[in-house]
Amino acid sequence: MSHSHQSEQAPLLELENLRVSFPTPQGRVEVVKGLSFTLGRERLGIVGESGSGKSMTGRAILRLVRSPGRQQADRMVFDGIDLAGLSERKMRDLRGARISMIMQDPKFSLNPVMTIGAQIAEALKTHETLARREIKSRVLEMLHSVRINDPERVVNLYPHEVSGGMGQRIMIAMMLIPRPDLLIADEPTSALDVSVQAQVLDLIDELVRDKGMGLILISHDLNLVARYCDRILVMHAGEVVESCAAEDLHKATHPYTQGLLAAVPRMEETREELPVLDRSAWSGT
Amino acid sequence: MSAIILKDLDISYGHTKVVEGVNIEVAEGESFALVGESGSGKSTILKAIAGLAPDWSGEISVLGQPRGRSVDQGFATRCQMVFQDPYGSLHPRKSVDTVLSEPLKIHGLGNRDARVIEMLAAVGLDQRFRFRYPHQLSGGQRQRVAIARALMLEPKVMLLDEPTSALDVSVQAEILNLLKKLRREQGLTYLMVTHNLPVVSFMCDRMAVMNKGRIVEIAPATALHDGSFTDPYTQSLYAASGGNPDRKD
Amino acid sequence: MTTMTNWLLDDSPSSRLQASLGHSYRVTRMLMRNPLAVVGALILLVLILAAIFAPWIAPHSPLGQNLGQRLLPPSAAHWMGTDELGRDIFSRVIYGARITLLIVAMVAVISAPLGLLIGAISGYFGGWVDKAMMGVTDVFLSMPKLILALAFVAALGPGIENAIIAIAITSWPAYARIARAETLTFRNSEFISAMRLLGASHTRIITGHVLPLCTSSMIVRVTLDMAGIILTAAGLGFLGLGAQPPLPEWGAMISRGRAFILDQWWVATMPGFAIIIVSLGFCFLGDGLRDVLDPKQGGKS
Repeated sequence: MSHSHQSEQAPLLELENLRVSFPTPQGRVEVVKGLSFTLGRERLGIVGESGSGKSMTGRAILRLVRSPGRQQADRMVFDGIDLAGLSERKMRDLRGARISMIMQDPKFSLNPVMTIGAQIAEALKTHETLARREIKSRVLEMLHSVRINDPERVVNLYPHEVSGGMGQRIMIAMMLIPRPDLLIADEPTSALDVSVQAQVLDLIDELVRDKGMGLILISHDLNLVARYCDRILVMHAGEVVESCAAEDLHKATHPYTQGLLAAVPRMEETREELPVLDRSAWSGT
Repeated sequence: MSAIILKDLDISYGHTKVVEGVNIEVAEGESFALVGESGSGKSTILKAIAGLAPDWSGEISVLGQPRGRSVDQGFATRCQMVFQDPYGSLHPRKSVDTVLSEPLKIHGLGNRDARVIEMLAAVGLDQRFRFRYPHQLSGGQRQRVAIARALMLEPKVMLLDEPTSALDVSVQAEILNLLKKLRREQGLTYLMVTHNLPVVSFMCDRMAVMNKGRIVEIAPATALHDGSFTDPYTQSLYAASGGNPDRKD
Repeated sequence: MTTMTNWLLDDSPSSRLQASLGHSYRVTRMLMRNPLAVVGALILLVLILAAIFAPWIAPHSPLGQNLGQRLLPPSAAHWMGTDELGRDIFSRVIYGARITLLIVAMVAVISAPLGLLIGAISGYFGGWVDKAMMGVTDVFLSMPKLILALAFVAALGPGIENAIIAIAITSWPAYARIARAETLTFRNSEFISAMRLLGASHTRIITGHVLPLCTSSMIVRVTLDMAGIILTAAGLGFLGLGAQPPLPEWGAMISRGRAFILDQWWVATMPGFAIIIVSLGFCFLGDGLRDVLDPKQGGKS
């Protein structure tokens, strides 16, 4: 695979001992407890159930953990830039331009009173100064590359006039038009139908490979992550319990990962009962 | 006697028809799935059977009794529904105990404490959850409460609207097991709406595939094992869901 | 003490009583963390105590005239001075608390439930019911409160009962609007559908399930509105359309003191202070309650 030789270069993102905590009446509770990984220009999947801290990890990389939440890391370096030490203004320049994030539901991420064309152009204009004609051609080209058949018509539509699948593709176009180096996709398809899901993920996959970007795909769906990523981190209660290559997922050793895999119903199901995770087995509480 | 019969059912919202010419017969004790993507009209059919979508024509009957246009008390004791969103289906200011006693109060049934305690045990919730409020419960626990509420009146037919799609896989497994167990123990009939084909494979005997308001194919759930579907839409749905028609088990 | 607290905060209460007491305890404790809300609550407590124990607190009769001691400035004998008929202003302010409390309580008792019910019914049923009811509400809302109250009092005749009725009539539409808006947010939610499926009647759903969800925002709104109600009542009193002399109503007292405002400032100012402090008390408490009760503002676990 073409990614292997690139990962020998300086890593795209290095994360060491990332911690995110929130205050509760019982004191601060950590939702991410010392997460470390190194990401090259590859596709990393972070899997976990709700409350595992996977989404907070994605937000923390962009320093988007909202107050009163607090994040800290021994080391958080993106392409040689120390993210932890960056001023908020510099961080804002970095967000969108070099690191982009795709959220779960396009309905809440698109501005309802702005045309799609204007929104994508906006995303481009914030980070680059270009002539108006050039912006327009970049927008159309981008929409074309996310497989929107009739970009000239679509640029003049408003978000409520497009379907969920198209909305998500527009989001992807918006996120990718400044040509970022790292894309964080947080459950990018869980609001979509299965047939559209595959299209959107294939598209992300293709764009990431073509442009040599890094991808962090955050999802609750083990099989989906296994299909679209090179490497997988399984998170549980803020900690990584398993880290393996995607093709070795079925050989997972941690009982939590094994339990998750077994709990998913299969297409050719013959089991009378699904195995249920015995949470007491490893969490120690 | 059939549990649910739908004959030439058309359902519309205003001037748009969302379901057209649906014919289904679900046998008593059967678990039947309505499968399709969003906007296919599958949930609308459940709503019409439940009496929550009043604008329909055709024939709907449950356990041999044709249903009227509005909610009636007799119907409530025969047929109940479990909703998709465990966060929206419980009243935020009512404790589990109140939620479960309410159906008994509506129908003037006595011996409430004993029935509530019994039902909590049946859906696998510890007694200490009895006086908790929804915000003190996890998604899976809420869905157990919703199932318990539906079962309080001892209905024979249950309508399940994507009961596990908002839950984590490990919790989904628990709820699916619970539903399967309850059906076995109480001889229930299930009509389940879902977009998840593997769940159908685990839970159901037969399935109807819907596309754009119409049923395109009715097949036994075992067809999911080898992908022996005739309709092209079903085949594409099967492929998109990760089904492999060449695989034999 | 700690066992009591633990019992109240128990995650798995063993009875209905324990669950509801625990809930109230949590609300109270959160309210106590907000210093302004505590100040507001204290002011209201003082108001209520003053109203109840007025005969014991007030050093003089609120009505007894003593023309030999007219317009005395504040002193040890008369803490807030005396008015033009030689009555002790402090005693009148204390007795005035009874009238203010009466007005506030009566308006709340009449208009809040009325608005709540109309709004909930309107929002729950929608369609033509909603259109008709909201049409009427809009007519009332479109007129300025004080003017409308003035018109009603002018028609009914001056007097404290009529002032209460007039203020109640003018304040329910705002509550109906809030209750309707609140109802609309959950009328199509699954827990309402589930209740209908269980065979519950519309009356049962509205009273048992819709209204309880509207009440907390209603309590907040009514508390915040109390300041306005007090001011409207004072305004009516000031214009001579509310409480009639010799009743010690604060607004009427200001009105009487107006004639001497330059030379004997205390006659108008003392009841004015009372109005401001009580209004502020309601505002502080209302703000605090909103932080605790309104789930949209966060604060829930």
